[in-house]
Amino acid sequence: MQLLAERIATWLGMEGLPRQAVVAGVVLVVALVVATVVLTIAGILTWAERRVAGRTQSRVGPNRVGPLGFLQWVADGIKLITKEDVIPAAADRTLFRLAPYPVIVGIFAAFASVPFGQKLIAADLNVGVLYLMAITSLVVVGVLMAGWASNNKWALLGGVRSAAQIVSYEVPSVLAALSVVLLAGTLSLQGIIGKQGGWPWEWYLFYNPFTFVAFFLFFTSAVAEGNRTPFDLPEAESELVAGYNVEYSGMRFAGFFLGEFANVYLLSAIATALFFGGWQIPGVTPDMQAASPVWQAVGVGLFALKAGTGAFVVLWLRWTMPRLRVDQLMGLCYRYLLPLSFAMLLGNAAYVWLVPQWAAWVVQGATTTVGLAVAGVFVRRVFYHIRHVGDDVSLDLARGESGTFDPQLQVRVYGAFRRRHAGDSAS
Amino acid sequence: MTSDLAGLLFLAVFALLIPGAALAIPALIAPKGTVDLTPYESGMKPVGSARLRFSVKFYLVSLLFIIFDVEVIYLYPWAIRLRDLGWPGFFEVVMFVVILGVGYLFILKKRALDWD
Repeated sequence: MQLLAERIATWLGMEGLPRQAVVAGVVLVVALVVATVVLTIAGILTWAERRVAGRTQSRVGPNRVGPLGFLQWVADGIKLITKEDVIPAAADRTLFRLAPYPVIVGIFAAFASVPFGQKLIAADLNVGVLYLMAITSLVVVGVLMAGWASNNKWALLGGVRSAAQIVSYEVPSVLAALSVVLLAGTLSLQGIIGKQGGWPWEWYLFYNPFTFVAFFLFFTSAVAEGNRTPFDLPEAESELVAGYNVEYSGMRFAGFFLGEFANVYLLSAIATALFFGGWQIPGVTPDMQAASPVWQAVGVGLFALKAGTGAFVVLWLRWTMPRLRVDQLMGLCYRYLLPLSFAMLLGNAAYVWLVPQWAAWVVQGATTTVGLAVAGVFVRRVFYHIRHVGDDVSLDLARGESGTFDPQLQVRVYGAFRRRHAGDSAS
Repeated sequence: MTSDLAGLLFLAVFALLIPGAALAIPALIAPKGTVDLTPYESGMKPVGSARLRFSVKFYLVSLLFIIFDVEVIYLYPWAIRLRDLGWPGFFEVVMFVVILGVGYLFILKKRALDWD
């Protein structure tokens, strides 16, 4: 970033200014840009979630504000700003007011070391992975504060559950990330991406069977850390109403809400950097990318695509999986994920020492083939089911003939679907 | 590196300022005193206070977390220097994990991970 600061200073013809002032100015602008980007990503994801939910449940989702309802999140933001900031009479006022701040700071500050592109990173720390794991833990503090300060039993239970869940699942996720750190020999996210390549067989995901399993361990525990379904017990609406944020309204609620959705993108972005080759483009070396702004733009786009796909999977999970029970949740973490992630770590270390280079190539190829085959079968099954349902219910059925919204049509087609399947349960 | 740390500091400050600013606007334009200020417990009249002691078995979870999280932090330096440390380093970590595994088995045998 210091280099960037100097280049900008030269470009502006301001070499005369004190170096520190230029650096401070650049850092300030970068921080502002990152904060804006995070807010936008989180906002768009709240819209995406509702669209995905709509599609999954064969309904439309928000489609009124802007094209495809895209500006829904702006409308929601404006609505939340004009709502009263309710503080219950029995609440601890100071803690209640402060609680959203740790959540937002924890998630926002984490985005500082997310490598959006080869040059597009606010702070390329040499302890990047450790920093990410540490700073996101701030969320626990805010959640506990919110839960206790609300003086509401739902909130208290939700807050305590959430704290237990986040700290428990942190251990497997840190260990799974360690598997990659061990292979790359660095904690810097740019360094880890640099050790991978653009093609799938150059990703750490397919490096060997241990990293392949480690990815799923990381993803599962990261989803649990973000309090997302199937691990959303802290917010379980059917038992705790809304968990720790039940008493929150207006912009304070928006703080928790945006934090949750920014976290969805954050976990996908970290997974992309650690396992999916980050901004690496197939067939383009990092040096070639560094030399050409066009390739860099492509790299940024590729990173956004990979992370966006990950975020989509997290949203999709929420509308597909049923929720776990509290005892199953802790059992899953300490009985299965924790020993497994230790095994993957030692397996990786032994792999580095025991397997010669030629055998490593073979294993890498085999893992890639098997991994891609598994992914292919999965995608085929998904499309098979979509098509199968599509025979009865069109995904576009609510649009009608002329492209306008027609609720009657949806009712009619759904009725036909039900009539056709009326005998299914009997036979 | 220094400027990277400065960047983090600035971002943390922004992260504080953004909700601060976002909360200042409703303070000016949002209505006040429109709702009942009793705790929302699904429309029931709240019984007692939420300031109570309850055993949720979560203290055990936090103890386990501290044990395992500290172990993991010890593993990080080894993971970065894996190739320099070689076989001796690997076996030391295996010993470390075996000792941890004994503790883990103890936890299992003590039924600390059972919910009831």
